[in-house]
Amino acid sequence: MHRQARVYVKTAFVQLLISVIVGALLLINAGLPLHPRLGLFLPVYYHLLMVGWATQLIGGVALWMFPVRSRERPRGDERLGWMAYGALNGGLLLRAVAEPAHAITPRSWSAWMLAVSAVLQVCGVWFLIIALWPRVRERPKVNRSSMGGG
Amino acid sequence: MPRISVFMIRTALIHLALGALIGGILLTDKGFHRWPWFWTWRAGHVHLMLLGWTVQFACGVAFWILPRLDAAGTRGALWLAWFCYGALNAGILLAALSAPVAGLVGRERIAWMSPVAAILFVAGIAAFIAHVWRRIRPWGAVPARGTSVGDYSGST
Repeated sequence: MHRQARVYVKTAFVQLLISVIVGALLLINAGLPLHPRLGLFLPVYYHLLMVGWATQLIGGVALWMFPVRSRERPRGDERLGWMAYGALNGGLLLRAVAEPAHAITPRSWSAWMLAVSAVLQVCGVWFLIIALWPRVRERPKVNRSSMGGG
Repeated sequence: MPRISVFMIRTALIHLALGALIGGILLTDKGFHRWPWFWTWRAGHVHLMLLGWTVQFACGVAFWILPRLDAAGTRGALWLAWFCYGALNAGILLAALSAPVAGLVGRERIAWMSPVAAILFVAGIAAFIAHVWRRIRPWGAVPARGTSVGDYSGST
């Protein structure tokens, strides 16, 4: 497993841990009220789980296991994968702060933070797609007649 | 990678791109409240991300990497996987479009869309499970060339 895939998968598991802690607090809060504003973290919980964990884990494993592009550059331009990683996690982090903050007291700075978070997450996902797209392909057919003999 | 997996995984990536774009617009609108009509796409965002992206990607990879049925590399009934691909994506299209279209033509005229989408989801997933069920077995349990799965009684 190459370094980029390891970083993706380990970050995905950290996000899973954070999301289950948030989810546990939400669940406890439903039966045993801890704080009235805790419910504002529900969308953050969903996105940490589905984007931070599921999508990032899938991305990491796909970058590792999908068919290689060529012998010289097996994974294509790895910078795309790193840009996707930075944008996706930066966007999620920003969202985790800005979304509850904006729900409590809507302000101009929190609205702009949400917009920046949205742009980062969309760019992160699109970079990942661009990195993976050329590696989703059928096995090239070997032209046995052109291989010759001897 | 077999052709059906290429179709499923690439379509899943397209759903991910669309789902993320819709989600990004919704998140931005949480801050600025400029496009209230766009919230009709919220259910579409959920369907695209859960079924169109996650489930479809998993199906595509599963078809590719699960153990084959025999040493010749047979994967079993291919039409079940293609049926899943068609039904799943038709269902996602209907489920994602139902709320925005309802805003344009009225809820009564598109009342059929969600139930049809639901039937397509169930039929598609059932078809895929029917395909992969026999391929989920221990490593090394591939029968020798020339024998069928029914003849094989492998140890675990």
